[in-house]
Amino acid sequence: MTPAGPAIEVNDLTVAYRQQPVLWDVDLEIRAGALTAIVGPNGAGKTTLIRSVLGLIKPAAGRVRILGLPVAEARRQVAYVPQRGSVDWDFPTSVLDVVMMGTYGQLGWLRRPGRDEARRAEEALEKVGMVAYASRQIRQLSGGQQQRVFLARALVQDARVHLMDEPFQGVDARTEGAIVDVLRELRNRGDTVVVVHHALQTVPEYFDDVVLLNVRKIASGPVARVFTEANLREAYGGRLPFLQGVTGGAALEPGREAPTTDILPDPGGDVSSPPAGSGGGGGSWTRP
Amino acid sequence: MSLGAFLHDLLFDYTLRTVALGTAALGAVAGALGCFAVLRRQSLLGDAIAHAALPGIGLAFLLTGSRATPILVLGAALAGWLGTLAILAIVRSARLPEDTALGIVLSVFFGAGLVILTFVQRRPTAAQAGLETFLFGQAATLLVRDVQFIAGVGAMALLLLFFFWKEFKILAFDPDFAASLGLPVRRLDVFLTSLLVVAIVLGLQAVGVVLMSALVVAPAAAARQWTDSLRWMVLLGGALGAVAGVTGASISAMGRGIPTGPTVVLVASGIVAVSLLAAPGRGLVAEWIRTRRTRTRVRADSVLADLYALGSQHSRVTHPHAAATLRAMASDPAEVERSLQILESRGWARSNDQGLWALTEEGAERAERLFRSGSGEEEAT
Repeated sequence: MTPAGPAIEVNDLTVAYRQQPVLWDVDLEIRAGALTAIVGPNGAGKTTLIRSVLGLIKPAAGRVRILGLPVAEARRQVAYVPQRGSVDWDFPTSVLDVVMMGTYGQLGWLRRPGRDEARRAEEALEKVGMVAYASRQIRQLSGGQQQRVFLARALVQDARVHLMDEPFQGVDARTEGAIVDVLRELRNRGDTVVVVHHALQTVPEYFDDVVLLNVRKIASGPVARVFTEANLREAYGGRLPFLQGVTGGAALEPGREAPTTDILPDPGGDVSSPPAGSGGGGGSWTRP
Repeated sequence: MSLGAFLHDLLFDYTLRTVALGTAALGAVAGALGCFAVLRRQSLLGDAIAHAALPGIGLAFLLTGSRATPILVLGAALAGWLGTLAILAIVRSARLPEDTALGIVLSVFFGAGLVILTFVQRRPTAAQAGLETFLFGQAATLLVRDVQFIAGVGAMALLLLFFFWKEFKILAFDPDFAASLGLPVRRLDVFLTSLLVVAIVLGLQAVGVVLMSALVVAPAAAARQWTDSLRWMVLLGGALGAVAGVTGASISAMGRGIPTGPTVVLVASGIVAVSLLAAPGRGLVAEWIRTRRTRTRVRADSVLADLYALGSQHSRVTHPHAAATLRAMASDPAEVERSLQILESRGWARSNDQGLWALTEEGAERAERLFRSGSGEEEAT
């Protein structure tokens, strides 16, 4: 069942750290029941956008509504997958314990997770193919396994809206496939999934909608309409990695030649090159 | 004093028993709550809180004229708590990193405390005697009612830790995720830090403001070495804290004028040193053994590779060669003999009656697998 309105509604959102705007006057609607990617260069405010939607950051201005409710009232409907690097994986705890943390919100004060919560955590681990690791120490996990544990913790929350900060970061191809399968399953049952994403080349394959962000919102909507070269160029300021073959042929404006000569693929997929205009020496990927 | 006599005194000597019970209680509370401080990377916060508590002790005495433990502890707690809030405020508003804020608060509060203590000591009344023991601690000054107070308040702190276990656990592991669940992380943070303040001020009379943080950090750091479960770490941290407290305080109570704080620190340091060295898994000795095993295996594999390379130049790969040849090829010639023995014991190489070494069929197969297929499968040994 897909609710009538948008799953997430952001109005005039502005976030600043010490007078430096990180998000500038962002208006955004995220379609319910869709898989949406948030893309943009480093420092574009992607993580900040997700954290603001979750109410983890107090914005300078603006309003966020989730499923038509203020964030505080929608908490039970929202699951969160933070960046893998945001926690200490040497913390003395087991995989099952971490996944059970997803149930703490429903448990309330003074109640301890019990057999029921452990069973649900195991089911979630099953879905991400990690049930064999339930009693492992989290220290022993690889990057991809850590990411799947975080995903399982979000699944246990049993939410309708899922916000994920770079769930594909540092995972191998097999794990990426497994995660995509889970995301599609969530979408197919009508949930809304929003993912901060870095690899532009997989956007058309994985996602229904896309939000292009660079402090301001550049564009948002269905991938086929929004994920165009012109929009990408605007979001990335001409410093565009992997442009060739990123946008589908249909998305290219007709009659226009793809100007690939001035844009070299960035081997690392890293877009942290010096900002345009800073005159970084020999930046061969910046436009003359 | 023999151990037997010491144990006898511990059980039946009134002073020593009181001291032991008191320091066991405060060591347990500090050790248990210290685990959260260590895991949240707030080890230095404990030190700042302890130092910041000193002016509170002096002021509490100046205002009330009483040296009763609950009054002084209350003063210490208020000052320690104010110091903590000051640190948070400085970090939040002044663009200074946390360690700078800790340093500022620690030294300013401690300095103020020393000034107040000096002022108190110059006053012509006799009641101030002994206030300076709060600097380095004197467990022998603990009275039965002090011990009851420490045990009572400490038990309350541990009970609260028990009730809010899952909240504190998620706060320590992933505060952002906790906030996304709707938990009031900032209030929980202040709550948990307040419990730490309580644990610290309980120990000030016995252990002293200068070194009390050792009882917060050391048992927790030691406990972390032995377990990968938060529950066991906290239980073990409490137990080790109690051991450090009792041992240190008993040693200082037996001699004349030995301050308790430094003794406790020495004992706690001993526990940490043993744990860092000997703990299975995380300990340095275990690490060293693992490294040695790996090195031995790699050396044996490289001799196997050399045998294979030599054998490949002949019609049969199992053609025998002198150990001297292998030594000439090895980067670590002195270890070749041992590597050969390992290979022989695995059935991968054998020596003939002339003392020449050759691969067995099985060894040749293994060499093939290891070195022809490139980085191959892990060898189960």
